[in-house]
Amino acid sequence: MNKTKYQPVIGLEVHVELKTKSKMFCGCSAQYFGKEPNTHVCPVCLGLPGALPVPNNKAMEWCVMIGLALNCKIPLVSKFDRKNYFYPDLPKGYQISQYDEPIARNGSLKLKIKNEKLKNNLEKTIRIRRVHLEEDTAKLIHQFGNQKSKIKNQKYEEFSLIDFNRSGVPLVEIVSEPDFESALEVVEYLKKLQQIVRYLDVSNADMEKGEMRLEPNISLREISNVKFQIINYKVEVKNINSFRFVEKAIDYELKRQEELLKREETPVQETRGWDENKQKTISQRSKEEAHDYRYFPEPDIPPVHWTGNQISNIKNQIEELPSEKLERFKKEYGLNDYDAEILTRDKTTADYFEEAVKIGAGHMIAPKQIANVVINKKIDISSTLPAHLITQIASSKQTATLSDEALEKIITQIVDENPKAVEDYKKGKSNALMFLVGQVIRKYPKKIDAGGLRERMEKMLQ
Amino acid sequence: MKLNELTITEAREGLKNKKFSSSELTRACLEQIEKHDAKINAFITVCKKQAIEQAKEADKLLSNGAMEQWSNLPLLGIPIALKDLYSTKDIKTTAGSKVLKDYSPVYDATVVKKLKDAGAVIIGKTNLDAWAHGSSGENSDFGPTKNPWNQEYVPGGSSSGSAAALAADMYLAATGTDTGGSIRLPASFCNLVGLKPTYGRVSRYGIIAMASSLDSIGHLAKTVEDSALLLNITAGNDVFDATTPKKPVPDYQKGLQKGIKELKIGIPKEYLQTGLDEKVKENFEDTKRILSRLGANLIEVSLPHTEYAIACYYIIQPAEVSSNLERYDGIRFGNDRSFFTDEAKRRIMLGTFTLSAGYYEAYYKKAMQVRTLIKKDFEDAFVKVDALIAPVSPTPSWKLGEKVDDPLKMYLSDVFTVTANLAGIPALAVPSGFINGLPVGIQILGPQFSEELLFQVGFAYEQATEWYKRKAILNL
Ligand SMILES: [Zn+2]
Repeated sequence: MNKTKYQPVIGLEVHVELKTKSKMFCGCSAQYFGKEPNTHVCPVCLGLPGALPVPNNKAMEWCVMIGLALNCKIPLVSKFDRKNYFYPDLPKGYQISQYDEPIARNGSLKLKIKNEKLKNNLEKTIRIRRVHLEEDTAKLIHQFGNQKSKIKNQKYEEFSLIDFNRSGVPLVEIVSEPDFESALEVVEYLKKLQQIVRYLDVSNADMEKGEMRLEPNISLREISNVKFQIINYKVEVKNINSFRFVEKAIDYELKRQEELLKREETPVQETRGWDENKQKTISQRSKEEAHDYRYFPEPDIPPVHWTGNQISNIKNQIEELPSEKLERFKKEYGLNDYDAEILTRDKTTADYFEEAVKIGAGHMIAPKQIANVVINKKIDISSTLPAHLITQIASSKQTATLSDEALEKIITQIVDENPKAVEDYKKGKSNALMFLVGQVIRKYPKKIDAGGLRERMEKMLQ
Repeated sequence: MKLNELTITEAREGLKNKKFSSSELTRACLEQIEKHDAKINAFITVCKKQAIEQAKEADKLLSNGAMEQWSNLPLLGIPIALKDLYSTKDIKTTAGSKVLKDYSPVYDATVVKKLKDAGAVIIGKTNLDAWAHGSSGENSDFGPTKNPWNQEYVPGGSSSGSAAALAADMYLAATGTDTGGSIRLPASFCNLVGLKPTYGRVSRYGIIAMASSLDSIGHLAKTVEDSALLLNITAGNDVFDATTPKKPVPDYQKGLQKGIKELKIGIPKEYLQTGLDEKVKENFEDTKRILSRLGANLIEVSLPHTEYAIACYYIIQPAEVSSNLERYDGIRFGNDRSFFTDEAKRRIMLGTFTLSAGYYEAYYKKAMQVRTLIKKDFEDAFVKVDALIAPVSPTPSWKLGEKVDDPLKMYLSDVFTVTANLAGIPALAVPSGFINGLPVGIQILGPQFSEELLFQVGFAYEQATEWYKRKAILNL
């Protein structure tokens, strides 16, 4: 065993499903989740003879938008290509994708990586190689039963069903450079990416629903010789469909490769799949079996030509992105990093907060105070209107002043002035207490929470 | 004259003046099919019942004196046929291959819809080289089609059935597809007018693709006038085909009578240099004389990259074929891949090879660069001349079986036709006479979207020669 130290080299391909109304190349609804199988289909997405693809303009604009949000360059010419391979979920025998002229290229995404040891945040930039548009495949459903068995004397067999509702749904593929050095960085990047596409309102990017999928490619290189060493293998991992699995799969793979390298073996260049049950990656396809996709320009779709004007129009549609919003929140509302980060995590919360701040200004309530309530009290923003929240804060603010000396004085004064009522209350007449509370409220110059006051006086009179 | 021998224009006159009904016309066509198609083998499917129904519907409209509908329904009651690559809802569409022997589409191709909307009676689906792979009609999995002018000879392909049955007067017009000459070659071998429109002029939606960047959707007709009338119906932008530009569609019949006085017509010298049959050369000289007599200025031009056209075509076309045939996996429809026959397999292998990693640059990419040069040849030529003329084929039709064992020889019959497909320009094949009793034709080529001009030249030439009036004699 050698004692060389290794550094992970990880690149990422992320697929994001766009939430356009219609599919990428036909008019079928792209909202397939939970729908009855094969109900959102037509000759185009079924790959029937003679059918032709017509690109969805909205999807192309949204892909440009994602590219711009990731600081990419948008070439004025782009084209679609055919990626040829056979699989039953691919009705045409090729996927319409983009090969050498993607919609966007050469971007970057800044991450803040928590450093556990130094207890601070480290900034890191991940380079984005390209962002391109393609179509999703159909969905295979594997079953076991006695569906029209062709095998004699066999009552049960495995069979697969194909649901074409997902076939042709627009997918954006975002390819990073191999800039990640840990699973942690990958997760941070994914969260950021998810946040951006949600901010742009172009995808729900729900990993559990398969709206966001990722394929890391993982290798290790010797730390001693970082600059010159050529890495001669790359392992791609598929089947990762939740944030929980990302870390596990990458960490497993890094460990597996390190063990091989320490035994002075080179890991095989291959595609592996994450098996959640076995908690490990399993070889799916080696380099020799790798596809030759025989890419060539899609003759059914003319090249895409953008004008500078079109690109700037799309740029103008992009509202404030999370990182910008975070900085603004800190500056404008005097929030700390932590609060600003939580409040800008999703756009709905951020918008809610800002709406509340606007209303709160009229009640002399500071943004910081609103932030505290929203974050610490875990307000359900879907059921509490911002205006309602402000009323709550305002009244609780006054409730808080119950400890004021002024209130104390008023209460003592009322008790002293109404010995009869006090006596009645002590005899069990609860009305008498309400009378006393009412007297205090009348005398107190501000609005006051009656319930809180009542509790307080109860305790006092016991 | 029998009803089935009429041109569309003549039949329209007759129907309009109530000289006969669409039912009579349709029945005459069906009788001709019944009499002769066992030998010619032009049809894969005859839609007898539907055709009779459609004719009855047409007669109803006609008897209602629907004169105002006359211009909206330019094919009202006219029996036509469709090459069996055109998807027809609930009517078997085989592409001439046993892979799709029992395949019934769930939708109509855009052109089929347009023809139906124009009132046409769809009489059947015609035979073709399987997947349109071929120049003779012999590659059909449903047996070869015979040339009505001499049944020992091929009718030309791949729109073999469409041409043969039209030459045998089994209907008044038929659709075809032209990827490398598949309309023009059978038109010239059968004494017909064949139009290969500009790439993108007519929608490809619903028509089984051969090579998507080359496929042109055209038709075969008895006369230039009929051909222009059909293009009026089929041309135009289609929201289902991203390669059809939103260019206005002119009335293609309007300028037919303009004549060709002072028109500059180019003769590409490279087309007359090698491999041209002596008799075809003579025939072409006759054509030149006639055009001169009609007032055209004939000018020799050069298309220097012509010699690379066949090589270029036989890289690009199989590459696209290999990809387009991938969907025929037998999973969702049709039979499995074991039903593919030799020519399709040959093209799948060729195309798969030239697109493979490491070969793509040397073959496909190179061929695309040559294609650009061929396109530029034409652009340069059309600066000097208005249109070009050339023979359609270097030889007249050949005997059945003569070239089946020599695919290369077969491929070379496309030498004069593939260039128009590579350049995306329109070409109109018009009859130019006979050699040993077999028809030959010339083609008129023009810049993209110059179909009006092609019809103008074709009409002048046709009126001066009247070859279309000669009919094949069918022996029972
Ligand atoms: Zn669809």
